[in-house]
Amino acid sequence: MTRELDRRKEISEDRLFRFERMLEIRLFEDRVQDLFAEGLVHGTTHTCQGQEAVAVGIAASLRPTDTVTCTYRGHGVALALGLTPESLLGEIMGRQIGSVGGVGGSMHLALPSIGLLPTFAIVGAGIPVAAGAALRHQVMKTDDVALAVFGDGSTNIGAFHEGLNLASIWNLPVVFVCENNQYGEYSRIEKTTPIKNICERAVSYGMPGKKFDGQDVDEVVAAVSDAVEVARSGNGPTLLELETYRYAGHSRADTAPYRPEGEFDKWYERDPINTFCERLKGEGTLSESKESEIRKIVDQRIEAAVETVKESPVPEVDSMFNNIYA
Amino acid sequence: MTKMRMNQAISKALEDEMKQDETVVIFGEDIAAAGGPFKTSDGLLEEFGAERVRDTPISEMGFLGAAVGAAATGLRPVAEIMFIEFLGVALDQLVTEAAKFHYLSSGLYKVPLTIRASVGAGLGFGTQHSQTLESWLYGCPGVKLAAASGPQSAYSLLRAAIRDENPVLLLEPRVLYSQRDDVVTGDSAVAELGEAKVVSFGEDVTVVGFGSTVSTIETALKETTFSAEIIDLQTLIPWDRETVMNSVSKTGKLVLVEENPKSFGWGAEIAATISTELFDVLKAPVLRITAPDVPIPFAKDLEERYLPNSTYVKSQIEEFLSTGILPKTWWHEQKAGI
Repeated sequence: MTRELDRRKEISEDRLFRFERMLEIRLFEDRVQDLFAEGLVHGTTHTCQGQEAVAVGIAASLRPTDTVTCTYRGHGVALALGLTPESLLGEIMGRQIGSVGGVGGSMHLALPSIGLLPTFAIVGAGIPVAAGAALRHQVMKTDDVALAVFGDGSTNIGAFHEGLNLASIWNLPVVFVCENNQYGEYSRIEKTTPIKNICERAVSYGMPGKKFDGQDVDEVVAAVSDAVEVARSGNGPTLLELETYRYAGHSRADTAPYRPEGEFDKWYERDPINTFCERLKGEGTLSESKESEIRKIVDQRIEAAVETVKESPVPEVDSMFNNIYA
Repeated sequence: MTKMRMNQAISKALEDEMKQDETVVIFGEDIAAAGGPFKTSDGLLEEFGAERVRDTPISEMGFLGAAVGAAATGLRPVAEIMFIEFLGVALDQLVTEAAKFHYLSSGLYKVPLTIRASVGAGLGFGTQHSQTLESWLYGCPGVKLAAASGPQSAYSLLRAAIRDENPVLLLEPRVLYSQRDDVVTGDSAVAELGEAKVVSFGEDVTVVGFGSTVSTIETALKETTFSAEIIDLQTLIPWDRETVMNSVSKTGKLVLVEENPKSFGWGAEIAATISTELFDVLKAPVLRITAPDVPIPFAKDLEERYLPNSTYVKSQIEEFLSTGILPKTWWHEQKAGI
């Protein structure tokens, strides 16, 4: 079993690993922002601090043979699905050890062994593509499913509506997960979307639509697992809305000055990692010493990844000519 | 060898591939129950069933996106875009998603997707249903582009497109669907994408066509006093440099006949390549015979004036060969703003 699949197995089976992986995503994203600030990375990036429970909850509810389409804000989902920090950071920093050898960058991650299709830098584009992967699973008579994860900003583009419509009329085994982080780029959702609950859009496409707390990883696992089971058993697609919050701005250059005073603090009170940590401790699943140990392990893992990537070579110039045609 | 119309040859190609490979699925608007608006999938629903032959909603972004996802995960979908213009609402899925998956996965994903689209003027469908639009795919590495020039090439190219591991757009000139000709079927007839076909050999001039203009050229040059080498490009991306260059090396003269507007048409790229690579063998400037840079007009006499038909092509080439200089077009260059 590759290391990616081991990582995937851990979070499928063990809630402590879900805590660990959420922490890993948080520290990873913080470190990525530092590296950009230090001028060690060029280009742009879109981090997902605050949305870790969505990423880990989705990954914990799927098999590696299922297919996932994800957006350019995909570091968290990729780590949760199993991509290693070295491979991810290597890609973000444009190095040979990056997940696609450095030709992709932060927005373009992919790995078939964990079911991750190339992540989409075009808003909404992954939604009909997930329907197509589900079509493959249906035609080939497997019981695998597809899952599209996308932001609230994707739900006003045609691809969302066409993808859901097609999935419904063909009864495809696909789960649509709207990660509602309250902002589409710099605009709050109320400015761009006339309804309060995005999940209500499912009604137009004759599929179930439900809203859940995206800051609670246990709730995310339960909600996604239920929808996945519906799809797996041949009962068609579901639209899930997971309410969450984007701690950072839209992209590297955005400090989110448009955010109302106090909004971040209010959401941070329900930080997905802190609240899950408290719950595990309250249940007696996690001791203080174990928590410290996990924090230390994750911290060391991220630092080791940073060192490894910094030392690793940039791609050979000729590599830009590879893999244009199969 | 069987006589069939081009739309029948397309149905036959789909049938033969679907028989051989159960991962081939086809979908598009009215392609299943109705057998296709141009009868290019007649009888396939009955033969292969509703799982593999599907009608879609009028939703190109949706079903083309689904075709991309299905192709990347193990099917070989053939999606029909009824009129090439409808690709506009779904272009992202072809040029930005399908075309880039292989590159953006360091070769781990492949997208063996075929898109078929009817193209071209001449039938009075008006401005928004008559373009060829191959120009939309230039500058988008990762896609292959081919065009049928009759029943045989439609059969041979479509089968090759389905077998190819990359996204391939196959253009089907609408005026040719009813053209009837002998077609060799079977595995031996599968074309090689990227290879042009020399339709007739000659010594005095090389005349290159793509899609509908191949038969226009053949008709135009049926009876001439000179000897023309006629080449059907078959595939535009990638185009067959070797065949064209070998021919021009022999004839020293090149004529390119395009159905699309002149500016930035494919002829410009080929003219630039040949003028650069074979500067010393060219005996005259490269002649591009194209439509003008205007939206396609509806009225019959205007549409006829717009298209490079066989009469215009014949007189353009005859004048070019007798004078050695580029002839004036049959449309008014100045008014078209060129």
